[in-house]
Amino acid sequence: MATTALDQRAHAASHAEPTGLWSWITTVDHKRIGILYGSTAFLFFLMGGIEALMLRIQLGTPNNTFLAPETYNQLFTMHGTTMIFLAIMPISAAFFNFMIPLQIGARDVAFPRLNAFSYWVFLAGGLFLNSSFLFGAAPDQGWFGYANLTSRQYSPGLNVDFWMLGLQILGVASLAAAVNFFVTIVNLRAPGMKLMRMPMFTWMSFITQVLLLLAFPVITVALILLMFDRFFGTHFFVPSGGGDPLLWQHMFWIFGHPEVYILILPAFGVVSEILPVFSRKPLFGYAAMVFSGVFIAFLGFGVWAHHMFATGMGPLPDTFFSLATMLIAIPTGVKIFNWLGTAWGGSLQFKTPMYFALAFIAMFIIGGLSGVMHASPPADLQQTDTYFVVAHFHYVMFGGSIFGLTAGAYYWWPKMFGRLLDEGLGKVHFWLMLIGFNLTFFPMHILGLNGMPRRVYTYPEVLGFETLNRIETVGSFILAFSFLIFLINIIKTWRGPRNAPADPWNGATLEWAIPSPPQEWNFAQIPAVHGRDTLWEEKRARGGKLPEPPRVSGQGIHLPNPSYWPLVSALGLLGLMVGVILEPHIGPWGIITGGVILLFGVFNWAFEPAG
Amino acid sequence: MSDHAAAAHPETATGLDSRKLAIWTFIGSECLFFATLISNYLVHKETWLSGPGPFPHEVWKSPAGQVFEPIIEIPLVTLGTAVLLFSSLFVVLALASAQRGNRRGLLTWLAATLLCGFFFVGMQVYEFTHFVHKGLTLKTNLFGASFFVLTGFHGTHVTIGVIWLLTLWILALRGKLPAEKSLNLEIAALYWHFVDVVWVVIFPVVYLIK
Amino acid sequence: MHLRIRALRLLRRVAFALPLLVLVASACNPDHYPQTALRPLSDYARIGDDIQTTTFKWALAVFVLVEGALIYAIFRFKGKPDDPEPRQVHGNTTIEIIWTVVPALILAAIAVPTVRGIFETNSTPTGDVLRVEVVGHQWWWEFRYPELNLTTANEVHIPVGQTVSFHMSTADVVHSFWPPRFAGKRDVFPNRETRMWFKAEQAGEYPGQCAEFCGIEHGRMAFRVRAQTPEEFQAWVSHMQTLGPKPQASAAPADSMRTASAGAKLQASQQPAKPGAKPTAPDSAAVQQPADPAYAAGEKLFMTKGCVGCHSLQAVNAPKGMIGPNLANVGARSYIGAGSFQNTDENLSRWIQNPQAMKKGVLMPNLGVTPDEAKSLVAYLRAHK
Repeated sequence: MATTALDQRAHAASHAEPTGLWSWITTVDHKRIGILYGSTAFLFFLMGGIEALMLRIQLGTPNNTFLAPETYNQLFTMHGTTMIFLAIMPISAAFFNFMIPLQIGARDVAFPRLNAFSYWVFLAGGLFLNSSFLFGAAPDQGWFGYANLTSRQYSPGLNVDFWMLGLQILGVASLAAAVNFFVTIVNLRAPGMKLMRMPMFTWMSFITQVLLLLAFPVITVALILLMFDRFFGTHFFVPSGGGDPLLWQHMFWIFGHPEVYILILPAFGVVSEILPVFSRKPLFGYAAMVFSGVFIAFLGFGVWAHHMFATGMGPLPDTFFSLATMLIAIPTGVKIFNWLGTAWGGSLQFKTPMYFALAFIAMFIIGGLSGVMHASPPADLQQTDTYFVVAHFHYVMFGGSIFGLTAGAYYWWPKMFGRLLDEGLGKVHFWLMLIGFNLTFFPMHILGLNGMPRRVYTYPEVLGFETLNRIETVGSFILAFSFLIFLINIIKTWRGPRNAPADPWNGATLEWAIPSPPQEWNFAQIPAVHGRDTLWEEKRARGGKLPEPPRVSGQGIHLPNPSYWPLVSALGLLGLMVGVILEPHIGPWGIITGGVILLFGVFNWAFEPAG
Repeated sequence: MSDHAAAAHPETATGLDSRKLAIWTFIGSECLFFATLISNYLVHKETWLSGPGPFPHEVWKSPAGQVFEPIIEIPLVTLGTAVLLFSSLFVVLALASAQRGNRRGLLTWLAATLLCGFFFVGMQVYEFTHFVHKGLTLKTNLFGASFFVLTGFHGTHVTIGVIWLLTLWILALRGKLPAEKSLNLEIAALYWHFVDVVWVVIFPVVYLIK
Repeated sequence: MHLRIRALRLLRRVAFALPLLVLVASACNPDHYPQTALRPLSDYARIGDDIQTTTFKWALAVFVLVEGALIYAIFRFKGKPDDPEPRQVHGNTTIEIIWTVVPALILAAIAVPTVRGIFETNSTPTGDVLRVEVVGHQWWWEFRYPELNLTTANEVHIPVGQTVSFHMSTADVVHSFWPPRFAGKRDVFPNRETRMWFKAEQAGEYPGQCAEFCGIEHGRMAFRVRAQTPEEFQAWVSHMQTLGPKPQASAAPADSMRTASAGAKLQASQQPAKPGAKPTAPDSAAVQQPADPAYAAGEKLFMTKGCVGCHSLQAVNAPKGMIGPNLANVGARSYIGAGSFQNTDENLSRWIQNPQAMKKGVLMPNLGVTPDEAKSLVAYLRAHK
């Protein structure tokens, strides 16, 4: 029976989704939570970008006085912390949230309220960290916070405290989300969706959750020890009491290295979805792609001290970590070749997602190669702590993660919002971003090898760094402008009609089988999965395209109730941490109040009646 | 605990209830947490003897001539360890009762678990105050710092477990923990076993190995 | 006719682009950068540089190959929406094995010299090694020559052709000692010694910088390496050894004075006679005659303004643990403020009057020195070469 568009709208109206602010505050719908994550993260990304522009203005001229040194140090610390914890990770989380249940054929995640909780705690952490600006005490010790600079003696202000406690809050959010997605992927797959039939985005996200679960506890402990040093006078990292600053570095990087794989694997997953769809052939070497991802994650726990080659650990540790780092290049290379193999012999469709996905590969190759150059300690001793490293990680984190996640945004925008982003503006965004990005970061390779160290608020004329710094500053503004184009595209699209089809790209995975945007329950009937690229299989079986899926009534489908207890609990946690910062002024009362609210929220959450 | 999850997801890909899988996942993560704390303790073990004392197993004499006796009281802590181990047995018995709908058995064994939990926490509180009296605080030396942080966080985990089990005991008292809801206890029991296993590692590392 | 217009347009574009290209080309030339790591001047630096060059060549080859394949694929396989479906290939085990093994082989080619280089650079140098101790401070560098009983700051003199072994630590937070022309960097720690060694090949003055974020003025914690011929170095050492304490001759405290006789005595007792060393003149011409009123005024101010509390003026037997850099030869250094500002009278005067304005956060406070007082102090310090 063919339903007319009018009929479809009538069905939708009679079972309209709740609207209004309260519905967003109490939502436990993974799709809404995904949108909350994505929009919040995008705002933080813009903040981090403005911080970067200020850094670039300061560095555009030698001996510049645009920023005082302490301001510069706060801005570069916040830029790094923001981009890693408040931008890339939560944008990835936005996609985990929206797409994982859809890709595995589920109605929601395993723990919808825990999901909401992790978003509110993330927001709390981001607000907490940035509130430090209001105190004039933004973190200023670098995103890596090396001891013993972070000790009370050398960092007496609130800056390090904000960083330390803010990261703890964010850690809770990450851990909560990781438990949730791990269980969701393991337990809520539709019948027939074996692990080796899962879409690549879900696979890479799955591995990311495992990394989160194993890496975050380590930084949690490191931050706890730092907290005890600063608040209770212990000497874990303070040499005068027998402590060792190097211990901080070990602990931090045991977290820090898996963290960079947490940052890149989701983008790997996104690109591994986009390439096949826009090449119109399956991913080359699916099994190798899965196993290389697993191998990278596993090995990623064994290379941490390659961040510490300059510390003089001795030849045996140096050798071990150097060889382990080189080893990791192999599965990474396998992935790049498999992507190439996917495009090779395909019928490449150059839509905006494909542009970004291809640029991802091109940029990541560069970032990966500079990474291999770092793997050798005798060479790395010149490169480390210079702009060469800054070039490397921007190529993998921006050229890699951001380009990949931007590709994901263009790709999944129609599914999430029912509208396709404008192709023309998308291409302008792309070219400006590619050119701006390379102008900004490529010269950094040269500057680093020619003597410019990192984290310096200025440099003298005589060292010759001016020309390339100037070019980089210009590049950074072009890059910033490209995001303005993106914003314009978003706004223009938002104002346009909500008319995207369910499957605009001829996709291979389950999210394209349901309307754009999906109805609250995602699937009217949980689908049965018969193979990899399950939607292509189905289309092939039916001789071509599938009919546009109708919007149906949701009767008989049970959904979890909305709840405000996750928000209350998150507020309690935030209050507790604010109480810690304000303890010198208000005593333990902030901590106690926050703790009580947290317990109150958690208990009510636990005893909330069933839906 | 809410039970809407059971209705919404009748079948799972593994056959395991999602909440059970979740607690195992959380426990996996917590293993890394305690592994880091224990590693920190072991790493700092190397550097202690620069002093000042007191120390767990060794006598230490300060440059001024003050003598610090070893501070660890093995007998009491061994008793606490045994009590904690028994508590794991008791919670297993409580769970068996719950699964069979035996309310009296559930209340009895869960109370026994709780008493053991209270005893252990009490022992730790006593030990901490005893150490402070003998001159060992967080700030005194790296043994103090590492010891208090490691055992303190373990003790916090035990306390959270006690509160959790106490809540369930009160629910059982009110008749709100029937056999169909025994999974709620099973999840708490898994957490409790984990906390116990962590102690089984901490006890020899801190108290027995010199 | 159109062709000529197009040619002219092209030429105009090239003309505009040319200066830009020249600028960029010069910016890519390592000789444009005094602090470059790409022009090694020591045996130690060459170890890393050789590996770097090898790795870079492999990286470049891989880059050209893989990016080339990508760009080729983009053009070759461009499709239209209504093109027929391409061949649905799922993989190719042979190719996948090849492109796993080949990178492994390339990495092995890099790993072998790497491991060799690791052990070489971690070895302990033998032979006639000059020992220099480096102490990092927020935000300056202390250099000590224990065998020569000398202390200086921010400018380290080394002899060309002799291995210098650096034994390094910090007085406060973690810093990193980095003289790129001579060596990759090495972090310095408060609770353990780290080491570096190299044999300089060419005389000259070369910049270096702290390379581990260490607080507000990390950006201005530089230093200079003065590599000198053995004769020049010996002359410098001999001269520095005259900059010791003088027995009390006036109201001023001992450690700010220097005397030729005391210095010569120290030199004779501590230094075995080096072959070819010239005996220094007993009256060092470097010290301005105390008859100069500016010098005398400066000498007094150095005491009354409190400078002496943080800075030592004796290079020999200098007290340890001073908060500020040793100033025994500050007059002769090319830079002040830890390699940050040229050592002109103007800069030195500005620094003395308001160090916070030049290097905010530096531990030297504003001492309320007037411009005239600064003039005297500059004269005094300028005499300390």
